Amino acid sequence: MQLVSLSISLLIFVFILYMCLEVSSGEFVNTLQTLLSKGNGFHFPPCYILELCGFNVLLECPVDLSALKIFSPIPSHSYQCTDVEDSVSLASNNPSSDEREHKRRKVEKKSLEAKDLICAEPWFKMVTNLHLWDLSFIDMVIISSPMGMLGLPFLTRNKNFSAKIYATEVTTRLGQLMMEDLVSMNMEFKQFYGPEESELPEWLKWNELELLPIELKNILMGEDGATLGAWQSLYSTADVKDCINKCQTLKYAEEACYNDTLSIKAFSSGLEIGASNWIINAPRKNITYLSSSIFESAHAMSFDYNSLHGNDLILFSDFSTLSSIIGASNDANVSGSSQDSQSTATGALRNDLENKDSLISSDDSSEEMDKIAFIGSCAIDSVRQGGSVVIPFGRIGIVLLLLEQISMFLESSNIEVPIFMISTVAEEILAYTNIVPEWLCKQRQENLYSGDALFGHVELLKRKCLHLFPAIHSIEFLKTWQEPCIVFAPHWCLRLGPVVHLLRRWCGDPNSLLVLEQEVDAVLALLPFKPVVLKVLQCSFLSGIKIQKIQSVLDMLRPKLVLFPQDLRVNLPTPSPSSYTVRHYSENETLHITSLKKDFEVNLATDLAFQLRPTMLKQENLAIARVKGNLILHHGKFMLDPVRELVESSTNQRSMKWGPLDPNLLLQALQEKGLNGSFHQEASKVSMILIDDPNKASIEIHAMRTVIRADDESLASLLFEAVKSVLNGI
Amino acid sequence: MVGIECLVLGAGQEVGKSCVIVSFGGKRIMFDCGMHMGYLDQRRYPDFSRIPDSSDFTKSLTCIIITHFHLDHIGALPYFTEVCGYDGPIYMTYPTKALAPLMLEDYRKVMVDRRGEEEQFTSEHIATCLKKVTAVDLKQSIKVDDDLEIRAYYAGHVIGAAMFYAKVKDSALVYTGDYNMTPDRHLGAASIDKFLHLDLVITESTYATTVRDSKYAREREFLKVVHECVGKGGKVLIPTFALGRAQELCILLDDYWERMNLKDIPIYFSAGLTLQANMYYKMLIGWTSQKIKDSYATRNAFDFKHVRSFERSMLNAPGPCVLFATPGMISGGFSLEVFKQWAPSEMNLVTLPGYCVAGTIGHKLISGKATKIKIDRETEVDVRCKIHQLSFSPHTDSKGIMDLVKFLSPKHVILVHGEKPKMATLKGKISSELGIKCYDPANNDVVHIPSSQYVKVDASEAFVHKCINPNPKHFESKADNDSDMDPKDTASLPMKEIEYKRVAEGILVMDKTKRPKAVHQNELLAMLGVEEHRIEFA
Repeated sequence: MQLVSLSISLLIFVFILYMCLEVSSGEFVNTLQTLLSKGNGFHFPPCYILELCGFNVLLECPVDLSALKIFSPIPSHSYQCTDVEDSVSLASNNPSSDEREHKRRKVEKKSLEAKDLICAEPWFKMVTNLHLWDLSFIDMVIISSPMGMLGLPFLTRNKNFSAKIYATEVTTRLGQLMMEDLVSMNMEFKQFYGPEESELPEWLKWNELELLPIELKNILMGEDGATLGAWQSLYSTADVKDCINKCQTLKYAEEACYNDTLSIKAFSSGLEIGASNWIINAPRKNITYLSSSIFESAHAMSFDYNSLHGNDLILFSDFSTLSSIIGASNDANVSGSSQDSQSTATGALRNDLENKDSLISSDDSSEEMDKIAFIGSCAIDSVRQGGSVVIPFGRIGIVLLLLEQISMFLESSNIEVPIFMISTVAEEILAYTNIVPEWLCKQRQENLYSGDALFGHVELLKRKCLHLFPAIHSIEFLKTWQEPCIVFAPHWCLRLGPVVHLLRRWCGDPNSLLVLEQEVDAVLALLPFKPVVLKVLQCSFLSGIKIQKIQSVLDMLRPKLVLFPQDLRVNLPTPSPSSYTVRHYSENETLHITSLKKDFEVNLATDLAFQLRPTMLKQENLAIARVKGNLILHHGKFMLDPVRELVESSTNQRSMKWGPLDPNLLLQALQEKGLNGSFHQEASKVSMILIDDPNKASIEIHAMRTVIRADDESLASLLFEAVKSVLNGI
Repeated sequence: MVGIECLVLGAGQEVGKSCVIVSFGGKRIMFDCGMHMGYLDQRRYPDFSRIPDSSDFTKSLTCIIITHFHLDHIGALPYFTEVCGYDGPIYMTYPTKALAPLMLEDYRKVMVDRRGEEEQFTSEHIATCLKKVTAVDLKQSIKVDDDLEIRAYYAGHVIGAAMFYAKVKDSALVYTGDYNMTPDRHLGAASIDKFLHLDLVITESTYATTVRDSKYAREREFLKVVHECVGKGGKVLIPTFALGRAQELCILLDDYWERMNLKDIPIYFSAGLTLQANMYYKMLIGWTSQKIKDSYATRNAFDFKHVRSFERSMLNAPGPCVLFATPGMISGGFSLEVFKQWAPSEMNLVTLPGYCVAGTIGHKLISGKATKIKIDRETEVDVRCKIHQLSFSPHTDSKGIMDLVKFLSPKHVILVHGEKPKMATLKGKISSELGIKCYDPANNDVVHIPSSQYVKVDASEAFVHKCINPNPKHFESKADNDSDMDPKDTASLPMKEIEYKRVAEGILVMDKTKRPKAVHQNELLAMLGVEEHRIEFA
């Protein structure tokens, strides 16, 4: 799927709009919401900028890892060695016109070849529109899942960036491990290609870009070149460490407060272990940030929707139904293009899975478990036939479930085949997932209570059925290695990590099996491994709220306003009338949301309340009183405390009078002060009270104005007092 | 109902059967539901009949909160839920929920199987009772209902021990349970947020007058005597309960064994209990100290390298060893059996905790230089072995209590879980030094304290924004000017230290039918629907 891109000028326009609004509307008036990227599925969640109470909040900072597919995997010694040297020399020397011509002809060719891929250390593609923001404008970052934080070091290594970052403890830890794994996998490229010579790599230069096949060019530049600026060379281990140090980690539903104004809390979303939805509270605003959520998970704690109840505004950011639609159409493409003879087998496998998908819809969790079981049985079939299985999944939770399922199948079918997990962070991930019962599903928590390990891998490691290795280079690994076997190894893009070497080994074996997630574009992903003979199984996993459940989730949460993706508009069945308003948003469009509440809620301290001196008004059972206090904003709530310091000097209060003046009452008031006045009706709306003693004076009464005339100053002030006393006022 | 009413059902001027009923804002919470180890009659449980509307506890109580798994805090819970019939919500932390059944079951067995007493509750009672428990994470904000919010904070005392914050409307309190203000080998120090605006803190006061020095010196001393003993070929008996102390000492020894290269000398755990308990500790490592927590991936600190399980046949095997045996205090069972065998040799060593319940062998050993100890009518044991009394305790000392109270600065303090005369001293100190009203009620006493209340008003935008006199000095962080609390903890939350203060003035309009509204003076006339009447001088 292509990312929708936007011309730079439009974004600048949005920017200007921002500035104007900020100036004109004051500090607390509005909420602005901008979708920077709708992402693409589980591994690339959507990304937003919210402006709340004058603060800019970035929601998620993912990386589009699927874009890595434009790069060639690291060449192996036995494979394509000469070819690589060719392209390296092409890249480094100034290509002669002949060579250029040769390349151009290649560009015009219809089908993409492995040679077309870029042979260089891969760069990583951030959210396209994020790099156009001035990072120093971001005040706060909220991260909902490990996938949502993979791009964070790109921000934190920029010295202009100073925002506060919030994520759950588990998300931060798993995110850190995933980032560290990326760094060490990328290291292989660094060692191969050597240090980069200039700031801008060859392949990113204009004349090279022109020569790229259109498929790659689209990924690299977007349709109009807008995404070019999103590419960054990968961060370092030090950058990751520095980034993690800047994260403020939160426990389940722990309240954190930004600047005492925005108070946030994370609740499980069920998508992955540690993944969360958020409640954001601020004066006059309570917002639910609803990311992709799963009602019932077999690993992570399920979607905790009860805790999200009753907020006025829901930012619905679950795009999973969108990618499932596109996934389905992709599917047809893959089987249609029928590259190798094996794709029929793949197609058959996949159709089977699709059927399962449509049949079972009652229970999310059991449906997911069926898929896991299906993959498990396919894996068993392969090893039975002497083939090996490689599973480059990026979903930690699914990997853990598969481990349990496959080992169980192996045991029950009496097959002794080793399971390997090869990754620099495998050991840590497995150990970590066994110490976070607070973020696991109910059944796993029951394991805690009965003293059993939270996941099956603990037992597998103990029984030595599962072997963990950081890389495939060690002697220890070679000693243990045995085929057929089942291997879990990153990376799902099939460009980085141990999976590349394993695929090279097995891609010609018709009995071996590669299992991919549905989101992976298999045609492009497998390009460098052609001809591909091994079986390929692609499986989609639930990545969010199902279409038919969206409506009931929204109804249940009882918001007043829902911000809903325009792209999913068709998916939302008729919104139930009048219960809430729905506004639709699209990429790079700023929604301007006026506060749902007009007034702020303020807690008035009791002692201050006792100091009030209320005046009863004649009309409508009203009383009014002047109030003055220290206005304290604490955790998003206002409190008004008595002023203890003596700061009386600076007051802006003035006395006010209103309503018509009753001449009879005034005469009476004058009399009490020992003054005798005489009443004269002048024009229709003006009357006059004249006073002779002790000096001459007059009071001219208009509808909303009273004029006092007196030469004697003390008399004038006496009259003023009398007039004031008979008017309503404060 | 205005104010907070505290009914102390247990641990009033004593240690044992902690249980405080707090009623405020129309809610009623039971904090802890413990039993008293010192009594076998009805005094072992809190007198639940004193709870208002005691005919239906489920209706009477909003919820029960348990601070940690020690029996004097949870021992009566299965009885209260399964026998007395309370069926409402119960909250405790994940480790407490996981480990409490072990403690309760162990206690039930000792009561029924060994002492042949009538059963107060069954194993099934324990299981069904714990099923009703909602486990909570630290700092997790839990809405018990629309008005009541509770939150657990790390207390350090044992794994999973928590202090609980409870808030109804505008009044809030903290019930500490047992806590430790200094970190130990496996647990961190207690840690809680500042600015909780508390009306009341109910704190333990076990060491109300003791001030302790460094723990590390005392740990070194323990290791020294153990090393000396095994170095000379002696056997070390460490009687302990399955949970808590056993793991702490084990981490200490395992680490020491590694450093001193003592791997030839075995460390044993007596059958069952403790190795099983280590499984729990491994999964709950996130609740231990930072240092231990960081060990999870390389080697979980509860994967003890040098520890093996003990067979009865090894009892008289030659050569040095260290043995952890249950129950603690040598109150019977296996630890007593081992004691009988090992005590007569002067090469051997028995370590005992600082506090042993009267009537146990442990109590006899620490209360005097006993050379002969009568076990029962027929048996008498010559005690020639060395006795080492461990002087570290997982309770805070009096300085820690004072620090916590000062840090939280509540309006009132209630002391529980301590000894009467010492509590009185501490009470005096809190009111004189901190100027905070302090109470030390006896069991079944009721303490009434006032609670704070706010009047909710609406405020217009102009009222909030057109403040005068913004006071910039309040924007500075107050992080460093107070508190002896864990400096890391406070430093990591600098945002919470900032208070945002401005003077607002305006007019409060009070309508009998609506919530009062504060408006800026310029908005008043429009709001009242009137026109200004100007007074001029000509």
